[in-house]
Amino acid sequence: MTEILKQVSVFIENTPGHLRKVCSVLAEAGVNLQTLSVAESRDYGIVRIIADSPDKAAEALSAAGIASKLVEVVAVEVADRPGALLAILDKAQAGGLNVEYMYAMTRGVNGNPLMIMRFGDTAKAAEVLK
Amino acid sequence: MDCNWNDKHGAINPDSAIDFLPREQLRALQSQRLSAMVYLAYENVPLHRKRMDELGVKPSDIKSIDDISKLPFTQKTDLRDTYPYGLFAVPLSEIVRLHASSGTTGKPIVVGYTREDMDVWAGALKRCLLMFGLTRSDIVQVSFGYGLFTGGLGLHGGAEALGCTVIPASGGNSERQLMMLKDFGATAMACTPSYFIHLIDTAQKLGLDMRQFPIKVGVFGAEPWSDQMRKYIEQNAGIEAFDIYGLSEIAGPGVGGECREHNGIHILEDNFYPEIVDPKTGEPLPDGEEGELVLTTLSKRAMPILRYRTHDITSIIAEPCPCGRTVRRIRRIGRRSDDMFIIRGVNVFPSQIEAALMRVAECSPHYRILLERKRDLDSVTVEVELNPDAYTDNIASLEALRKRIQASIMNIVNIKIDVRLVEAGKIERSEGKAKRVVDLRKI
Repeated sequence: MTEILKQVSVFIENTPGHLRKVCSVLAEAGVNLQTLSVAESRDYGIVRIIADSPDKAAEALSAAGIASKLVEVVAVEVADRPGALLAILDKAQAGGLNVEYMYAMTRGVNGNPLMIMRFGDTAKAAEVLK
Repeated sequence: MDCNWNDKHGAINPDSAIDFLPREQLRALQSQRLSAMVYLAYENVPLHRKRMDELGVKPSDIKSIDDISKLPFTQKTDLRDTYPYGLFAVPLSEIVRLHASSGTTGKPIVVGYTREDMDVWAGALKRCLLMFGLTRSDIVQVSFGYGLFTGGLGLHGGAEALGCTVIPASGGNSERQLMMLKDFGATAMACTPSYFIHLIDTAQKLGLDMRQFPIKVGVFGAEPWSDQMRKYIEQNAGIEAFDIYGLSEIAGPGVGGECREHNGIHILEDNFYPEIVDPKTGEPLPDGEEGELVLTTLSKRAMPILRYRTHDITSIIAEPCPCGRTVRRIRRIGRRSDDMFIIRGVNVFPSQIEAALMRVAECSPHYRILLERKRDLDSVTVEVELNPDAYTDNIASLEALRKRIQASIMNIVNIKIDVRLVEAGKIERSEGKAKRVVDLRKI
């Protein structure tokens, strides 16, 4: 399975309490998180969220004064055996695609994990990795 | 029908006439007023008498405006030390109004006005509003704070004297301010420039476009603001932005204002006489040279002030202004000698940091400068919010942006300053004067 998903990206300060605030806003809005990753620099981080309703998540954050961005990412099913991810990366490379970042989904499909991958050209990536 | 005075065909509103006096007549008026004012101060204010005696200057020595440099300076501390009424030259029965500045430490400074002083002040403000092209048809929303601060009630009096419809909004409650601007059809607004930027942001959040509002003129003062801020304001609100200058110690807002040439502030020097001095030695500097602005009140009765050290750094522009006004201009105040901070031996002004930030398109006008001391070493950190679109999802590009901001600052102040990107809304929005520098150093 290969699918384009909307990811909610949130810029937060790298200080205690900020991630909690984001999660509490989403909880109150009834948004269910499917997975989340944090990329950090010294002063700030970017929380990348896959949720059941990304638009609702972005709206709730905006109403709480938290800026967020919707970014398209590709969810790719990775078979649970050696070399499975390698095969996907080979396909991406052959298609001239560069992975900007990736992280795993906690709940997979068909008993396989799902990788969330961000490329410069999402549409092309979805096509290549099909 | 309302007449558009001070137009390009040479019409002059009678209230503005004095702005256009031939220089010689203006000087004669200044000389006469200075001489009388010095007698008033010497005979009624012990501090001025003592200072003049120390310098061996008598009121009779002050015959022309050129003699002004013989007079002693007045410092802000003098106003504090004589708290509350020590510099008043008339009995309290003559005083109709008190204002006070918010002192950051200890006692505030108190200023008083006679009935005549109030008229002079309102008249000065009226002349400034005329410079901005306002007429009695205008609806002016005054969003400076009302109360002890001179901004609110001062502008109120001036706009009312001109015959405008005045909305005494005072500060605060941004959504209500926007509602009034829109529903009451205000054509002009007076507030601090940083508050106006806050209103632009609030409007955007509410899905309102201020460019669609009737407002066409902004009257901004009480804090230094850059040309970049002006550009931001004018583009995002669709208005013409004017600088109004003033300080409570001298009168309040209305000491001077910008004409539509937007090239310096005309000081209403028939009432408020400007000099530029070397901030260190106090020596007068010729027109055109940069130094500290010193102001003398020429017509104030309640509280005549001799050569007040403003700490504002500027220069006098002596060249005639294309608008035809003969009252001289000063360059817009970008910095104050007491705002300056020294980091690793380098003098830095907040305005320089601001100019550097505004050169980077992704930066919003919301920033603050933190001064810290880490292991006996001073460090400066600039916290800046980005424009909404600039918060990308990509750490690498954000880091590249951070480095670009740092390089832009380095370019101007020549020292390495740490830059911290912060979340939108993190920097406190001021409703009065924006507090740009936070000094956390414990020395």
